[in-house]
Formats: sequence, structure tokens, C-alpha cells
Amino acid sequence: MSFPFSAIVGQDEMKRALLIAAVDARIGGVMVFGDRGTGKSTAVRALAGLLPPIDASAAGYQDGSPRKGKVAVPFVDLPLGATEDRVVGALDLERALGAGVKAFEPGLLARANGGFLYIDEVNLLEDHIVDLLLDVAASGENLVEREGLSVRHPARFVLVGSGNPEEGELRPQLLDRFGLSVEVRTPGDLKQRVEILKRCDAFERDPQGFSESWKRAERKTLKQIARGREALPMVTISDAVLTYASRLCMTVGADGLRGELTLMRASRALAALDGADMVTTGHVAAVAPMALRHRLRRGVLDDTGSTARIERVLEEIAA
Amino acid sequence: MTASRDDAPDPFSDALLAARMCAIDPGLGGLVLRGDGELRDAVIAELRATLPAEAPMRRLPVHVDDERLLGGIDLAATLALGRAVTSPGLLEEAAGGLLIVPMADRLSAETAGRIGAAMDSDHAPFLLVALDDGMEPDDRPPATLAERLAFAIDLSAPADAGASLAERWKGSDAGGATMPVRFHQPVLGPSPHVGEDLMTALVATAAALGIESARAPILALRAARASAALAGLAEVTEEDVMLAARLVLAPRATRLPAAAEDAAPEPPPPSTDNDGANEDRGEPGPIEDVVLAAALAALPKDVLARIAAGRSRKPGRANGAGERQASHARGRPMGARAGMPGGGRRLSLIDTLRAAAPWQRLRGAGGGRVAVRRADLRIRRFESRARALTIFAVDASGSSALARLAEAKGAVELLLAESYVKRAEVAVVAFRGTAAELLLPPTRSLARARRSLAELPGGGGTPLAAGLNAAREVAESARVRGRTPFLVVLTDGRANIAADGSAAREAAERDAMTAAGAIGAAGIACAFVDISARPRPEGARLAREMGARYLPLPRADAAAMHAAVTAAQAG
Repeated sequence: MSFPFSAIVGQDEMKRALLIAAVDARIGGVMVFGDRGTGKSTAVRALAGLLPPIDASAAGYQDGSPRKGKVAVPFVDLPLGATEDRVVGALDLERALGAGVKAFEPGLLARANGGFLYIDEVNLLEDHIVDLLLDVAASGENLVEREGLSVRHPARFVLVGSGNPEEGELRPQLLDRFGLSVEVRTPGDLKQRVEILKRCDAFERDPQGFSESWKRAERKTLKQIARGREALPMVTISDAVLTYASRLCMTVGADGLRGELTLMRASRALAALDGADMVTTGHVAAVAPMALRHRLRRGVLDDTGSTARIERVLEEIAA
Repeated sequence: MTASRDDAPDPFSDALLAARMCAIDPGLGGLVLRGDGELRDAVIAELRATLPAEAPMRRLPVHVDDERLLGGIDLAATLALGRAVTSPGLLEEAAGGLLIVPMADRLSAETAGRIGAAMDSDHAPFLLVALDDGMEPDDRPPATLAERLAFAIDLSAPADAGASLAERWKGSDAGGATMPVRFHQPVLGPSPHVGEDLMTALVATAAALGIESARAPILALRAARASAALAGLAEVTEEDVMLAARLVLAPRATRLPAAAEDAAPEPPPPSTDNDGANEDRGEPGPIEDVVLAAALAALPKDVLARIAAGRSRKPGRANGAGERQASHARGRPMGARAGMPGGGRRLSLIDTLRAAAPWQRLRGAGGGRVAVRRADLRIRRFESRARALTIFAVDASGSSALARLAEAKGAVELLLAESYVKRAEVAVVAFRGTAAELLLPPTRSLARARRSLAELPGGGGTPLAAGLNAAREVAESARVRGRTPFLVVLTDGRANIAADGSAAREAAERDAMTAAGAIGAAGIACAFVDISARPRPEGARLAREMGARYLPLPRADAAAMHAAVTAAQAG
């Protein structure tokens, strides 16, 4: 049983980014920067736990045998040091030895299908695995060609990486491929901290009862996501707002088109979540930091954080 | 039952108490025990005795592989029986009991990650005891684990002189209040109630000690409950909370609270981020004061000094870089490829079997035998990853020091920004006044470099010999850790402070030359960047002694320096 998503104290930007990814999976993953114990994995787990069960046929690995019924939204924790075999899948040794059958043993990518793939400390993961993950996340398909196996299976999942810049940088090329990036900190406010402690304590002592008391809030969030998904295709974005978005990207110096595309998608998803049928510049501004901060060229001697730079530009072009 | 501040409890009785608390609440995760093997064994024995008799106990070899850790095919049984036999992993075997991790300071980040994930997934499937044998203050168990274990107790700290703690423990009931009779029956039943003021006190203490992680107060709360439960209380008392603050929060402190700053030997670094806001919120309540005092009293002296010196804002950081040294001779496993074992190439059994498996029926294998052909053989491949470490030794003396340091900082950042792929690290030694200082210990974190270099001291004399010696020491210790050091010295070469700190130009120059010679003799690759406006022969001579490339760069800017270093390294 996971902690209720609605009961997470603070961390508004992270929650918003995750909701956006839940509404539009094409956002391309969320990168969460922050220290240990700031509730990163709790939040992702909570969101997976919140979402309604999905058709078994749309989750996990499809080996041809039809599966019926509903299953919980998968949440897969990808450990550091996971070998490529485990991630991608490999020959099923057990069946091969036991029955002499050449069968595919699905990997973590298969298990994450239809849900979330969470990688804690993605900056410590071997680069080739990160590359592979991002490729599969983008294509929604896992292609395995090894040991005489030739398997192709759907692998649609929301990739969530977390990292602590204290422990090493994530290669900029990889960072750029994450759709959104958010920064989490432990709230500085003592009241909030006490509230976190109280809620965690209440949950640990009585998960059932605690979840029960948050049911209404959870239902509300769930409804918001469901409505957002439904409304997404209908949300329009005017040329004026598109121009605003482009200008924003140019002024902050975001590299490449990926930033602009993500900015547009994220603001559309946010509008859908808000129940708006048109994207406003307000939506764009609200998602700009998370869509762009990891794509800015770093001024070597400029210590100003990316977030501050984006906020400055937002003020400038609003004026 | 619970310890109060005045008892001056020793770490050993703390460890025993912590072990008992873990036994009644496995949600506490376990303990990190540093130092003294004998005492650690005694603590483990106590913990084992407190758990139910049938609870398993497993030791985890430090270089355990995933197969053994997580379970999988049991090769021996599989080959013998001719059908796949799976075996449980260590994590599964330890469920409901104890998992002991010897040499936890050498545990790889990967394995730590696996164990951490297991601890998160089920509700505390096992209790973990991490034995920390680190020699250096920074050799610590991976933060992934330490973070999840409520207690960290240093048994190597000398307690009272004379009789060893173990002897005292073996004596009848020495230790008094903190070492009660053995605890056999876990106190079950409703867990003790905790008042809101006590919760607030724990959170405030954590905040005052600069502990960011929300796990810390949660674990501390559990510990307070466990302490009350041990005493058979229905309500958690102030004493329990003080104990929790001492045992759980104090070891996680990253800075001193504002009130204690005066007592610190040196002025602490200016508090960063949002901490300031908390302290200005007015007077803390009396309970908060008492709890904080309890935690402070438990801070070991060296931690206080390190915090005061601003070195340890992140004591529990995962030093993923330093930890892999033990296996650098092996390198990162790269998977297997077809080939014959021998000549140093090792057979990869699993991969060989994988290759052979699909053909068993075709080959007519049976009777419990696996038919393996020569073409199935797979050998292991490793990629050894000798990381490069670039050490900047920067002359921070004189008037132009600030500008020079800024440029050096720029060069460091440029190097770091592009060095990710090469997994290179950077360190900075600055020298000025009478001594040299390791400003930035080897790191590949741009964020960390930025912070360390944010406030650079400048001005004063030129203790060149001290600077060179410090740089050489960093280089040599890096080499021991399997790094390839490259030294960049930035100076005008005009030494005026001798190695002993005295201001005697001649001695200073002689000492500098000797220090340069030592670098040369150690065979450390280096570059000497002469930054004086009109280079004089001293610079070139020093460079020769060091066996360095001599690069006169009167107006060394970050980009030029970076280019020069890159070129020198490539050549």
C-alpha cells in the first residue's frame, strides 16, 4: 500500500510535473533533483498507486496468451547496477535448461509497461543503460535481438529519474532528453516539517485508516487526471501563445527544439488539468522552469541558477 | 530504562540499547557500527539473542553478486539434476531476521541500491547491521544504506580509560541504567502515544542540526516509541525523545545550531539556503531546547570540529567515486563474449549455459547432463576504468590572487562540464599566507565544486613548497585509489615562504625546488602554468624539476587554461 498522493506535503512542482506526465505520457519523462529523504520516490509511487487499475492486457509483458481482468498500474524500481539483461530481457534460462525451450524472460522494461519506471540516482547509472532507457521510453517499444531471440514488445511507461547533483553530473545530452525537470527540497518551514512527520507516522501506524481518510482528496485528484486526459486533445493553443513560448525559449537560450516542444506539450497538459480549453501564457509561464531549466547552456562563471534565469526572462517578456 | 544526559552513556551501551530497539521495531532498519570488532560482535550477539530463535542471520560478502543477492538459477543443482533449480537470494534468506554486512564502507553503490530497494519494498523485511571499517572519516557505508538505518554508533571512540568496554560488559550488571537485564520478550501491544510537542521537538532538532532528510525525524520518532515500549510505557516521555535525538539525529548532523556557534572552535560557515528562516522564528520551546541539547551532547568532538571547519556539510554523502577502488583491477563487467577461457580470461558460466541451453533438445542431451559445445563458451569482459584526476594547485597569494582564482575556478568548471564522459575528477589546492589548503577534494560534481570554490581566500605570501607538497600528496593518494593524477600548478614561481612557514626567501626557493623535485621523482604528470607578467627563469626551472610542461600564460584566462591543460593531458 502506498502513501496517498494527495497527502504529500508541499513539493508542488514535483506533484505538478508528475500530474502532467500522467496526463500526457509523451512528455518524455521527469527528472527529479533533490537530496535523499525528500520524498521523491514516495511521490512517484504514490501517483502510481493512485491511478486506477488498468486492463491486464495493457500492462506488463504480452507473451501472446490473452490476459483478462484489471491490474494495478505497474511501478518498477530500477536498481543501480542492473545489467542490460535484466533491463531489456534475455533468454529464459530456467525454461531453456528445464524444457529445452527457447523462451524470452521479460526484463524490467516489460514489467514497467503501462506504468512508471523509477530510477533513483540516475546519475550513477551506467550511461549505456540510461541511453537504452531513454530510447525505449521515446519509442514505446522494446526490441530485443540477442542469444538467438528476436522479440519486440510494447514498453510504454513514464520514466522518472532522480538524482543528487552532489554526487556527480548527469551527462547534458541525457538530461536534455528528459521532458521535465524539477528540484525538490525539504520544506524549510518547521510547521510543514512537523506535518510531514505526523502524516508519515499516521500512515506507518495505520496505512488502511490513513488512506481511508484521504480517499476524498485522492478521488478528486484522480478525477482531475481523468478529465485532463480526456480534454487534452481538445485543448487549443493560439498563435500568440505559441509565439510567446518561442520567444521565451529564445530569450533564455534553451538549446534545440526539444525544449520548445516540451514547453508546448506541458502547458497544454496543464491547461487540460486546469479544465481550460485554451492554453494561456500563464500556463506557459507556470511550466517554463520545469520544461527548460535543464536545457540551458551553463554560463561557466555564471552562478545564477537556471531557475532564476528563467524567472528573470519571464518577467522581462511580460513587461 | 532510558538514558538521560547525565549518565554520560558510553557508545557500547548505546549500541546495545539500539539493538534492542531494533528488535522490537524492525522498521528502524538497523545499525551502522563503526570500529572495534569485539564490541561489534557483542552487539550482534545481543541483537541475535533478542530476536526469536528461528529468525535467520546471514552475512553478506562485500563483493556479493546479484545472482547471490537476489537469487536465481542454482547452477550446481541445475547441472546435477538436469532441470532448472532456483535458489533464493541472500536478501530473501535474511527475511525476518538479521543481515550483517561486514566492511560496509567498501560496499558498492549498486549493491547498496539493491539492499535499499529491498528495505523499501517490503516493510522492513530484515534488520541490517552494517559494519563500518573505514579508516578515513570519509570512508563510510553508502548513504543509500546509512540513510535507512536509524542508528550509527562509533565503537572505536575511546571510552573511559582503562578497562575495555567489553570487559565491563562481561562484568555482572555494570553500566547500570543503560545496560539493563537482557531483554527477551518484545513488548507488543499498542505502540506508545506521542504528544505533538515532542514531535515538534524532534523536527526542530533535526532542522537545527541541518538534517534535510525527512527520514531522520521519522526514524527518530520510531526510536522514541521503541524506547518507551522497552520501558513498558504507554506514553512517550521527554527522556525517550532525548534518547532518540541523541542516537538517531546527532550522527546525522551537518551543522551546528545557531545557539551553539559560539562554542565552536572556529566560526562555522555561513548557513546556506533556507535554514536561516527557522532560527529566526522566535524562541524554541523548553522541550525543544532540552532535546537539542541532548543531541548536541552526543556529537563527537571530531564531528564538531569538521562541521565547524565547514568540511562536512554532507557527512553521509555516497562517495561512489572512492568506493570502487577495491575492484579497479577487475573493472566494470561488460557482459560476456564468445571465446576460450584461459590466459587470464575467465569463463562466464551463466552466459555459457545460456548459449548452450537453446540447443539441448537438438543435441539430444538427457540424463541430467547439459551438452556444452566449444562454441558455447563465453568469457567475461571487464572494462577497467582508470579515472583521471586533475589537481589544480593555485597560487592565491598577492594582489592578483582573486582574479587568478576566479580563472582557475572557471577552468575547473570547464573541465568538469566536459569531463562527464571521461568520468574525470577535479581537485583544487590553494596556497597563500603560510600554508596550503585542499579547497576542493577530488570530485566530479560540478555543484560541489561550485560551492567549495564560491568563497576563495586570497592574498598574503607565497608558500610554494607547501602548495607543491600538498598537491603531490593529493596526487599520490589518488594514485593509490587507482586514479591517474594530472597536476596543474598555477603560480608565478616566486616563493617567499619556506616549507616550515617562515618568511625567508632563500629557504623558500630552496624548499620549493625540493618539493618540485619530489613531484618529478614521483613521476606525476604535470603542467606548470607560469602566470607572471614577465616570466623569469625560476618558473622554467621549477617546471624542469617537476618534469612538467612549462606554459607561460601571463594572462591566463579560464578558456586558455582549459585549452592548455587539455592539450598537455592529451600529449
